[in-house]
This record gives sequence, structure tokens and C-alpha cells, in this order.
Amino acid sequence: MKAAVIVFPGSNRERDAVAALEAASGTKPHLVWHRDTELPKVDLILVPGGFSYGDYLRSGAMAAHSPIMREVKARADQGVRVLGICNGFQIITEAGLLPGALMRNAALKFVCRTVHLRVENTDSPFTAKYRKGQIVRYPVAHGDGNYWADAESVKRLDGEGQIAFRYVSDDGRDDPLWNPNGSAGNIAGIFNAKKNVLGLMPHPEDAVSAFHGNTDGKPMFDGLVEALS
Amino acid sequence: MTAQQPEATLELAREFGLSAEEYENALKILGRKPTFTELGIISVMWSEHCSYKSSKVWLTTLPTDGPQVICGPGENAGVVDIGDGDTVIFKMESHNHPSYIEPYQGAATGVGGILRDVFTMGARPIANMNALRFGSPDHPKTRHLVSGVVSGIGGYGNCVGVPTVGGETNFHPAYNGNILVNAMTVGVAKADKIFYSAAAGVGNPVVYVGSKTGRDGIHGATMASAEFTEDSEEKRPTVQVGDPFTEKLLIEACLELMATDAIVAIQDMGAAGLTSSSVEMAGKGGLGIELVLDNLPMREEGMTPYEIMLSESQERMLIILKPGREEVARAIFDKWELDFAIIGTLTETGNLVIKMHGETWCDMPIAPVSNAAPVYERPWEPTPPQPALEDSVRELPAQPLGDILEKLVSCPDQASKRWIWEQYDSLVNGDTRFMSGQADAAVVRLPGQTKAVAITTDCTPRYCLADPVRGGAQAVAEAWRNLSAVGALPLAITDNMNFGNPEKPRIMGQFVGAIQGIGEACRALDFPVVSGNVSLYNETNGEAILPTPAIGGVGIMPDAMMAVGIAFKNEGDTILLVGETKGHLGQSLYLREILGREDGPPPPVDLTVERRNGDFVRQIIRDGLVVSSHDIQDGGLLVTVAEMAMAGGIGANLAGLDGADAGILFGEDQARYVLAVRPENAATVQERAKAAGVPVTVLGKTNGTALTGRGPEAISIDRLRKANEAWLPGYMAAGVE
Repeated sequence: MKAAVIVFPGSNRERDAVAALEAASGTKPHLVWHRDTELPKVDLILVPGGFSYGDYLRSGAMAAHSPIMREVKARADQGVRVLGICNGFQIITEAGLLPGALMRNAALKFVCRTVHLRVENTDSPFTAKYRKGQIVRYPVAHGDGNYWADAESVKRLDGEGQIAFRYVSDDGRDDPLWNPNGSAGNIAGIFNAKKNVLGLMPHPEDAVSAFHGNTDGKPMFDGLVEALS
Repeated sequence: MTAQQPEATLELAREFGLSAEEYENALKILGRKPTFTELGIISVMWSEHCSYKSSKVWLTTLPTDGPQVICGPGENAGVVDIGDGDTVIFKMESHNHPSYIEPYQGAATGVGGILRDVFTMGARPIANMNALRFGSPDHPKTRHLVSGVVSGIGGYGNCVGVPTVGGETNFHPAYNGNILVNAMTVGVAKADKIFYSAAAGVGNPVVYVGSKTGRDGIHGATMASAEFTEDSEEKRPTVQVGDPFTEKLLIEACLELMATDAIVAIQDMGAAGLTSSSVEMAGKGGLGIELVLDNLPMREEGMTPYEIMLSESQERMLIILKPGREEVARAIFDKWELDFAIIGTLTETGNLVIKMHGETWCDMPIAPVSNAAPVYERPWEPTPPQPALEDSVRELPAQPLGDILEKLVSCPDQASKRWIWEQYDSLVNGDTRFMSGQADAAVVRLPGQTKAVAITTDCTPRYCLADPVRGGAQAVAEAWRNLSAVGALPLAITDNMNFGNPEKPRIMGQFVGAIQGIGEACRALDFPVVSGNVSLYNETNGEAILPTPAIGGVGIMPDAMMAVGIAFKNEGDTILLVGETKGHLGQSLYLREILGREDGPPPPVDLTVERRNGDFVRQIIRDGLVVSSHDIQDGGLLVTVAEMAMAGGIGANLAGLDGADAGILFGEDQARYVLAVRPENAATVQERAKAAGVPVTVLGKTNGTALTGRGPEAISIDRLRKANEAWLPGYMAAGVE
């Protein structure tokens, strides 16, 4: 699997992403600078976490209009897999690759903790290595992770199998008390209609080794490598 | 030459914080009256904050050497060898007064400043820590200050992508009018890629990079050198505003430039901004420096040389480049979209010359002014010893032990600080092995390596107030112990000395005592001071804070995966107590929270025993014999065991504590640890302890979901955890923000 990681000047989890991709695929991903206008030929584009251009405006709003994102959009339209994590989720959503919007956390505070997620759909290379309904633990670290879409859209996303992950309690119940940011429908991550684009707030790349004390994120990268090699 | 500027009179000098003698001295050195700009520069150079005039004579008594030390105090941060050509570079610094006036920006820029001190030397920052002291929870401002400081630290650290991995938070009424925000950064660099601040090479270009200069923070260093009064909040304009995104760019751009060989010297513009960076760089190199300010990037129009020289705008660096490397450097800063301007040259005159609009605004000799920075041997009084407590204090009160324990684990100082550390990104970079609440020290791996640094911040201010010498020694010993408790070899410390007004002999005596205690402990533990910061005048309306010498300790682990945390991991592990328990209750948390008393002497610190016990614990951890490890500190033995149980969700049967009194259960004797080991290893550990002359006793075993073993009462872990976790979020939610 060949992968590219997009680097904005304020990206700060690109190293975590590179490490996870390299561990799973045995190949170092390309690092693509935000001012570049061309992407190498790759099977996966990862937009990592961070604060793209400082994000003093709405998170990801400026980055969505960067030169490289035009190219990312074009590739996504061609069916290339795109994974947006945290700030990357915000950026690809602002860029129109995914429906909805990400707002300030309901508690108005940054939150860094390990959360429990339920895998809602396994019909994609991102989630194929999980069981439907499986409960996994990923860390979150964000201030603007409050996914919003109107009730009808959430219902439609659900019906189309576009909800990838939901925040749940430690014993797998739907319970808004365990939602770290107040997102609609406890949504933690969603696919586009074709399921070649996944955006999620939690960080699977920080849960891939014994060192992290958590390997629940590893199947995502293993699944991508298996499907795209 | 200064037609439009105010005359530099004694009255103006006083306003700038200089004394009459200091002003006279300035006249003598210059042989004339200074210009307005010169007076401003002299006043910040001679401020307490920049000159350390009250503390210098005592700071020089601290041990700063050791085979591991590459660079001790005097540079931007300390540098310690960690083998394989790697070094760790670190420092802790206060941002107390700004954080009280404007908590979000004050704390944020405190983090920004300490990050710059570390990456200035060529290090990539890998971890941030912070030591916070707030007033009483009942004080009307406390909630607002906690909220602002925590979000400021998070707002800055999270954006720059450096994990905030630990620290400490205390509450005490003595900080009601003067909180403490001490921020620490730890970075790593290759030993042959360390950058210093001494300028060299007459004619070499002086380059300004980073943010534009504005009017913020003018005389911030002077504010930090005076007591607070009722109207201090009017000083809000002297608080700087942070821009963590620019800091992130500056880190990346500077590290990229450092990978070339273009740099002669580099320094950040911290307190007293361009003044202290230019004067210190030229002064250390024995050279002069000429600055032409017309091309300096400015945020506002019409700034005067005085304002430019004293601005404390953030995210700026001053670099001396090798000749002919200007374009290499410019290209890197262009890539990162940061300002880059050549603003001067090094000269052989030894003078600081400042030109703007074709006029000369300052032309004065650097060395005589720097060297003449006053050094005071302030009068001081030793702190009188506290009488010992009566023996009867060891009798347990007639209430269930569970109630006492619940109260202790949920009191403001001891309650879980999850509400705080969940606002910090502790995981970014994927190298954090242990963070707050998981182990006695944070453990962070070096990028791309298996080895890790362990980091802790420690101080028990109530001990320091009762006995500054013992309190100072205890703070160092506790830092050393916390590093040993995860399995790390302690290497060196940074000290952040927070005290009241040094012109009062009682306060100066606290400072002197703490320095004596710190020095003694550092020598005994081979744990030298490699960097530090002094913050004096922490008083509001004449009320001083508790003496708070915060110690930041750093140690090394050959393999991060060897480190152990505090959580009980298995049922049936043997719980061992390492060290001797006499039952010292003076100045203990138990005394304060349960009996409502803050008296008695703090626990004695025996540094020989400390070293022997710590060396033993570290070795058995490295030999893989230890499952869980926690040093015994605030709240004593039972609180320590409760914390291990709460962290792991596993209880303990403590048969070994049958019949114990309050001294045994809650005393704060030093040099002690609680360990959990697999039952099959218990005998080996005991034999090895015996051989090492270390007292080890069996407390019991991990078991069930409660603490049991003393009479019929079982104390549920769930109950303790709820109380421990509930206090801070409950307190913060009760406020109206």
C-alpha cells in the first residue's frame, strides 16, 4: 500500500500517522506539503491531526481551501481512499468530502481521554478487520469534535450505513454521558456515500502498539494494507 | 539626540523600578544622564527578574556540576547527557503575575516562553509539565483562575503539538492574591547540535525572526519584580498575548535552520525582549552590537525605539548568522511564512548602539552596565523551628477509618486532577508511556528510540513554610524518589524558586533556607541543578505566598517499557512497604484535613536512607521484579495504597496494618515506597532488601474491590474513587463562569 500524509504547517500528529502506517505496511508514506499542488500516485491519503493553520477561525476552514486539498478532492472523487483524523476530519468535512460540520465541544473544553466506540459498519477497508458492533477503545484529543448534522441527515447517514463509529459507554450502551463532545447521534466517525472516505475524531494511530498500552487502532491500518496492497 | 522624548530623571527612574542609588550608579557609568531609551533598557537589565540581584549570592552556592552535566545554569536551559550522543535539555519557569492578571494569556505565554528557552538550544520539545498553586477554593477568584490557567496551558501546548504529561496542583489561602504558574519543558537534542547564546564574529549579521513586534508586555519584567497591590489588575496591558501557531512554525523553522550550519548563536526574546537578548548575546561574546530598528518587523505604526526595545511580544528569536548564510536562512523562514529581518551587526566597540530614523537613541557600554547590575546580600532571619507534636495526636479519632480515608482522597490537594489534565493533549507524538495519574513520574520515549526520559515536578509548600531548609531538601528528595519509583535514574533538576518580598528578612530567610536544603539534597543525591528561575515579590497587599521552591526533576530509562506505574495490576500480588515508618504527623495532610491543624515540624529527610532505598527500588524495577510502585507522600501509607487500588480497580487486604495508629497509617515519613510484586517474587525481593540493608515489610496482598484487613470495616474502592474524582469537577461546575 502506498500512502500520502498531508502536512499543514500546524499539523502535529503526522508523525503518529506515519508511524502507524509504516508499522502496518512496511513502507514509509510520502509527506506532502500543504503548498504542493500535486500528489504522488497513492492508494491512501491521510489528513492528520493538528491545528492546520492555527485554526483560530473555524477548525479546518482555511485548510479546506489550500492548494493541496483541491488535489485531495479530485483523488477522492476518483475513488482513492481518504482518511481524515481529528483535524483531518474537520478539514475534509469543510472541504465538502463529508456531510455535516464540526463544532466546539459541548462542554467548551478541549478533551483528551480514551473513549469507547462501537464499530457500526464494517463494509469498508477502514473497518473490515473489525466485527460489526465491536467495542473498541481509541484516545480522543480535540476541542472541536462536536459533529453536527440535522436529525434527518443523521437518520439518512444511519440508514445508508455511513456512520462508522459511535461513542458508547464502557459496556457498549448508547449513553450521551459517555460522548466526549456532544456530537449528534453520538457520532464519532462517518463515511461518504461511496465509503472511500472516512473522517473520525478519535485517534486510531495512537492505539497501535504495546507501548501505547492499546492496540485497538491497529486493525484499521491492517485492514487498509490488506485491501490496498 | 532625543528631542521628543521625556527626560531621564530620577523620578522617571523610580517609576521604572530603579532605586535612587541604582540611578546614581547609572549616571556614574555613563558619565552623563542616560537617554529615555537607555534608562528603559538599564531599568529592565537591573530588574530583579533579569538581574537576580537578591538571589544571585545564594544561587551560586547550589551544586551545578556532575559527569552528566553538559551545560548548567546561565544558558537558556540546562543540558544533560543521556548517552548515545543524546542530550536532554530542560528548564522550569514561572509566569505568576501575568497569570493572575489575565489567566488564559498569562499561562499560555508562560508555556510559550519556556518552550522557546528549550528549542533555542537546538532541542525538539518532547514534553511539557506544570506546577500550579491556587488560592483557597472558597476564594471568589479561584475558580476563574483555575479555569483560565488550565485552558491557557492547554490552548498553547495542544496547538504546538508538545504533550503536556504531568504536574501538580495545590490550593492554599496563601495564594489567594498571587497564584503560581510554573511551566516546564523537556526537549532532546544531539550532543553535537546544541546551540548557545554567546555571540561571536565582528561583522556577523544579527537577524530577527518570528512574530512582529507590538506594544504588548512593555515593562513586563518590571511588573514581575514588584509586589502586587489592589490596582495590579490595571496592569493587564503589560500581559502579552500568545500565538501558539506561530510558535509551532518557529519551532519547525528554527530546528530546520539548526540542521544547517548557518547559526553562530541564538536566543529567544523573553523577559525584556530585544533588550535582554541583544545585550546578553553580545555581552557573553564580549562584543558590541549595533541595531538599526527601521527594518524590524512591527505590528503597529509609530513605535519608538524605547517601545521596540522593551516590548515583550511573543514568538520572536534573535540569531547571529555566519556571514553569507543570510539567504539560506531567509529561505527557511519564508517556507514557514515567518518574518525574517537583518536588523544589525556585531561590532568590536563593546557598546549597544540603537539607531532609527537616522538618529542614535542609545549608545552605551554593555559590560559595565551588565556587570554593575546590583547584587544584594539582603538581611535574612532563619525560620524558627516548630515544636514537636504531642504523642496523643497519633490516636485515631472515633470515626470509621473509611470516612477519614474518603476525606483525605477527596480534599482539594489530593483529589483527582483529571478535570485539569484531560484538557491537555498528553498523547500527541505517540511517545507518552505514562502521564499524570498513571505513575509517580511521566515517562516519555525519545522519538524513534526505546529509551525514555522520566519527568516530575515536586514541592510541598507547607513543609517549606514550617522549615525551609527541610522543605527544600524534601522537595529535591521527593523528585528524586518519584523518578526512582518508575525505575528511572535521576539525572538533574531545574528549580523554580517562588517566594515573597526578599526585602523582608523573614521572607529572605525562607529563600536562604530553601536554597540550603536544596543544595544539601542535590549534593547527597548527585542530582545537580542545571537550570532555574527565581520569582520574588509574590505578595499581594503585604501577604506573602507559602515559600514554594518547585523542583522539576528529570531521569533516564534505558527502555520505556521497563517503567512501572502506580496501578495494581493483578489479584494476589504481594504488597510491600519499603522504608521505615516512624509515624511522623507534623505538617501532614492528615493533620490539616482531619484535625484542622497546620503545625509541627515537617518530616525529617535522611538523604543517605533516601538514596539507599531509592537505589534498591530502581534496581528491582529494572530487574523486572516489580508490578506496581508508588512513593509515599501526602496522606501517608494508607492514601498511597488507596491510590494504587483506585488506579487499578483492585482492592487490597492489608493484614500487615492491624492495630496501626494514625502515625503509621497517615504519617509522612520520607524515603518510603509501596510496591506490588508477584507472590513468587516476594521472597527474592525481601532477600535482596536485606542484603541492601533496606527495611521491607509485607503489608498484605491485592485482592477484591475494597481495602480490608483492619477489623470488620471494608472500604470500597468504588466509594473512594467516586469521592476522589468528584471534587474538582463538582467544584468547577458550581461556579458561574
